[in-house]
Amino acid sequence: MIELREIAIRAGKFSLDNISMVVPSGQYAVLMGPTGHGKTTLLESICGLRKIASGRVLIHGVDVTNWSPSDREIGYVPQDLALFPTLSVREHLSFALRLRKQSAIQIKHRVDELATMLGITHLLERGVTRLSGGEAQRVALGRALSFRPPVLLLDEPLSALDETTRHEMHSLLRQIQQASQVTMLHVTHNSAEAEALADRRFVLEGGKIQSSSTDAKFM
Amino acid sequence: MATQELATMSSNDVGSGDDQVKRLGQPRKRSDVPFFLVMGGLSSCFILLIVLMLAADVLFTSFADFKTAVAKPEIQAAFKLTVMSCTVAAILSLLVAIPLGYLLSRYRFPGRWIVDTLVDIPLVLPPLVLGLSLLILFHLPIFGWELERWLRDDVGFGVTYQWPAVILAQFTVSCAFAVRTMRVTFDQIDPRAEDVARTLGCTRSQAFLLVAVPQSARGMIAAVTVAWARALGEFGPILVFAGATRMRTEVLSTTVFLELSVGELNSAVAVSLIMVMIAAIVLLILRLLGTGPAT
Repeated sequence: MIELREIAIRAGKFSLDNISMVVPSGQYAVLMGPTGHGKTTLLESICGLRKIASGRVLIHGVDVTNWSPSDREIGYVPQDLALFPTLSVREHLSFALRLRKQSAIQIKHRVDELATMLGITHLLERGVTRLSGGEAQRVALGRALSFRPPVLLLDEPLSALDETTRHEMHSLLRQIQQASQVTMLHVTHNSAEAEALADRRFVLEGGKIQSSSTDAKFM
Repeated sequence: MATQELATMSSNDVGSGDDQVKRLGQPRKRSDVPFFLVMGGLSSCFILLIVLMLAADVLFTSFADFKTAVAKPEIQAAFKLTVMSCTVAAILSLLVAIPLGYLLSRYRFPGRWIVDTLVDIPLVLPPLVLGLSLLILFHLPIFGWELERWLRDDVGFGVTYQWPAVILAQFTVSCAFAVRTMRVTFDQIDPRAEDVARTLGCTRSQAFLLVAVPQSARGMIAAVTVAWARALGEFGPILVFAGATRMRTEVLSTTVFLELSVGELNSAVAVSLIMVMIAAIVLLILRLLGTGPAT
């Protein structure tokens, strides 16, 4: 569960005030809203990369407001993916596991499992600089999911993809969410995407979460 | 002229669509030759100046002069000290430049502009002033305590007028260059990757070591190169702070000065050429390491 309680964020002239929202455990939430209205800022605050001025952030009921990003166990896929140019695909998938000092066998097992699920087994030994948009997207997703986070934040993950790849990614994201029961918060400004994916929809506009509605599961 | 006529004719004879197609087939009226002449001409002035300077050095000296110079024990000692001190100064510069460049690139902290300005001071200070400042720092009595005396008597490691002074003088300038290089390097590396690494479980230091540092490898080679090259050319601060004692604090740049001051022009030119060769070899090796074969 992701719960924001009266969050306020100040970033230069930009500010968000009194933002409250709840994404229940295991749900796929989509956050929509016009560009520049703070969707990315809000995601960064949830994963701890941006300090909040006031309010609380709770993950599965635990107040993580003052925790560092490394302790929050939140998977995060930023819009620009921010892959590590010096690492191979395999090293991306094992990065968080090596930090958690998992054994070589455990790491290999998890990397193979992720690579199969994401369809990137043939890319494992490759570097990331020449991957296509869809491939890079899958690597970023795999990296964020590798340590089995309870919460996954996706920042416009599909905006740079072509129509076909985007549809493939829709079903993949759905499949991942159902298989892992991870709580997802997905930022987009594409309503078709929201339609295809969302259990729950939020709209951030004019510095407020203006509406929230529960949709029936699409699939 | 002919092309203009052709264009007029075709616009009269056929429709404007066809005219556009025919225009596509016309030869270009404007040439790119002047562009390359001006750009190449101006660039070659500088290249020519360097080549001519080196050629003049080579023509001036003879192989015999060269051999005599190389055989001198003072010059051999200066050669060894130069290579050693430049390498140590360059490595020390890199060790300082990586964290300082990273902090300046990534963080906005109080007094950052002061740090930023201070880093540039060795670049703008006249070399002799820099040497003098070092000398004064080590010999300024503070309530009867003096840094140089403490280092020499208590620590057993004298600096002034000894080889450590050579390295410190070189380091002071080369480090400033290395910091600039590393700062630009980190500026060009997207900090988002480090942010994501932190969400994956990295502390700030792990994100720095596992994500930022590997991406800065080329920048490090560039920083070492520029630091090494600056250290090789350093002369003023070394002369003031380390002196020019033969066999002890003499580096090749001071050798050129010493040989010139006793009227040994041939020897000075021969040593200059040795410096050119060392610089060329080191720069080539570092370039090969950094970017693959030089293109």
